[in-house]
Amino acid sequence: MSDAVEVKTLVIDGRELSARRGQTILEVAQENNIYIPTLCHLEGLSDVGACRMCLVEIKGSNKLLPACLATVFESMEVSTNTERLQKHRRTILELLFAERNHICSVCVANGHCELQALGQEQGLTHVRLPYRNPELTVDASNERFTIDHSRCILCTRCVRACAEIEGVHVWDVMGRGINSIIISDLHEDWGTSSCTRCGKCVQVCPTGALFDKSKIGSDHPKYPDFLPYLNLMREAQ
Amino acid sequence: MSQTITIDPVTRLEGHGKITIQLNGQGEVEDAHFHVTQVRGFERFSQGRPFYEMPSLMARICGICPVSHLIASAKACEAIMSVRIPHTAAQLRRILNLAQMVQSHALSFFYLASPDLLLGMESDPAARNVFGVVAAKPELGRAGVALRRFGQHIIELLANKRIHPGWVVPGGVTEPLAAAKRDEILAMLPEAYANIGLALAAYKQIASTFKPEIEVFANFPSLYMSLINEDESIEFTDGALRMIDAQGNILDDGITAGKFSESIGEAVENYSYTKFAYYKPLGYPQGSYRVGPLARLNIVKSMGTPKAEDELAEFKQLAQGPVESSFYYHHARLVEILYGIEKIEQILSDPLILDKHVRAIAGVNRLEGAGQAEAPRGTLMHNYKVDENGLITWANLVIATGQNNNAMNNGVLQAARHYVKDGKFTEGVLNRVEAVIRAFDPCLSCSSHAFGQMPLVLSLLSPDGEVLDQVIR
Repeated sequence: MSDAVEVKTLVIDGRELSARRGQTILEVAQENNIYIPTLCHLEGLSDVGACRMCLVEIKGSNKLLPACLATVFESMEVSTNTERLQKHRRTILELLFAERNHICSVCVANGHCELQALGQEQGLTHVRLPYRNPELTVDASNERFTIDHSRCILCTRCVRACAEIEGVHVWDVMGRGINSIIISDLHEDWGTSSCTRCGKCVQVCPTGALFDKSKIGSDHPKYPDFLPYLNLMREAQ
Repeated sequence: MSQTITIDPVTRLEGHGKITIQLNGQGEVEDAHFHVTQVRGFERFSQGRPFYEMPSLMARICGICPVSHLIASAKACEAIMSVRIPHTAAQLRRILNLAQMVQSHALSFFYLASPDLLLGMESDPAARNVFGVVAAKPELGRAGVALRRFGQHIIELLANKRIHPGWVVPGGVTEPLAAAKRDEILAMLPEAYANIGLALAAYKQIASTFKPEIEVFANFPSLYMSLINEDESIEFTDGALRMIDAQGNILDDGITAGKFSESIGEAVENYSYTKFAYYKPLGYPQGSYRVGPLARLNIVKSMGTPKAEDELAEFKQLAQGPVESSFYYHHARLVEILYGIEKIEQILSDPLILDKHVRAIAGVNRLEGAGQAEAPRGTLMHNYKVDENGLITWANLVIATGQNNNAMNNGVLQAARHYVKDGKFTEGVLNRVEAVIRAFDPCLSCSSHAFGQMPLVLSLLSPDGEVLDQVIR
């Protein structure tokens, strides 16, 4: 029993559960079919806690913690869907929609967008903040794919997929705060960057920011489910 | 003392507009203008967007004729891609365009114009609307609603959505037609034929009672332009443009979208946000021309479908040469509805319509492209320039309403001069001046959000702005 699993017991939404030491709240919740909304999290990629959609309440703490990064501890009591959390989640979505130009009706991801789906799921009926309508560019220099910064929510899934899975690290974030923007290589055109054209970033992008040119006008569902399998097969080798 | 009469807004139109009538010291009409008072900005904010996004973006210009914008835009994109779309895709688009023409014409005739025609120009303004028509002539009211539904339902069957469907894309359409949907459309045809038959009969019965209006509703010689096939039959989706003069002689022929801007120029007047198109060789305003149903029937030699062919022959009897009164736009619209139903039946009878190959794929092969189509209310042209990555650097749209702009202004002046006497006007006079504009069925915003119940104020102002008389409804 040298590799004995250290078991923690905790309560999520009134349910008494057990978990392994080091597991995140999100992992435990998902194992037990407790739904916590996520956006920047993706199975198969490391977590960064960028979007704050998965914030949960921990009894005894006034601070909200991202379930994707917070690990469990003994006797922890977690609430995942309080009124306060619902309000915060809706506000986060409002901020995301107001920040850039998310025009669902003409977006390539319309009907297949995680941001749009979350808005509907969280009961977002309108945005109370003034839209910023920033003037953002589109980089269509890659012969197969396009990046439209108007639709980007800076979740950095593309950055992580490229660095962690493909191992090329073409994508990164330039600038700070609201001026942050995804760049390829050292802010060069995507078409002339060191990109391998593997398309993983397109498949993991939750919105219409990264898309396949040949899919324009058609349904453009994305298939990010390949990541855990890819990791599994690599570990097996 | 000179005065100005203002009709603001003009009702039962698609979009926001107003009319001003300037009177001189003797109370005679000095001048009159039709103002389009809104600006949209599509040509500017599409800059920087990928060209293949243009059809869905541009379709948002209008909720009534999004299909025309989709088709003209997709064709402009195909010019950039340098592709010829599959035959079946072209035929499917043709059905979509005809279905839209039918529903838009039904909207114009039954919902917007028929209250004036069936209830009378002087009838009670409170009931002079589509509900009044349904109450007074239930059979015709129902026929109008059914014809609009017929067109809209075909659009929904083909493209999965009635308004702003995403089915038309650069290179063709996104999915082929299923046999079950074709059969559903075919099953709707008998009722549609019956309804347009009713409407044509009713129109012909009342047309003779509108002789005074026919005389002064933008009734003057002008040039006309529309798409036409090589066999001189009517065309809404492909073909090339023909321009005829006031006597019906061909001035210019075979104007493809790529050559549109060589023949057509656009002037700007300071009283309207809508531009004024003109035929370049004659200059502005001498080169002003009319487009739309009246122009199309004046230009074509045949309809290519049997029932509409008979109606065209009857229409051509209205005048020696081109039919000049814009009142006959209403008549032409009904003939075109009949043609649309017949043509849809004709195209659907071809088994190739179910072919699965409906889209061509290509990238940027040219840096500029133009596409044209006949919208219900006239010729529509989209012209784009792109950079080597396919991002829009410049866009220009020439819409039907801009091409009819000069004729509408002259028509308002003609009607105002005839009806406004000694600076006096009644509600019926006001309505007739508006009805001149309605005959053209303009799309002022080229959007659907603004017709319906709007307050209408007609004011008689002194030169220093003092309200001398006012009619409110």
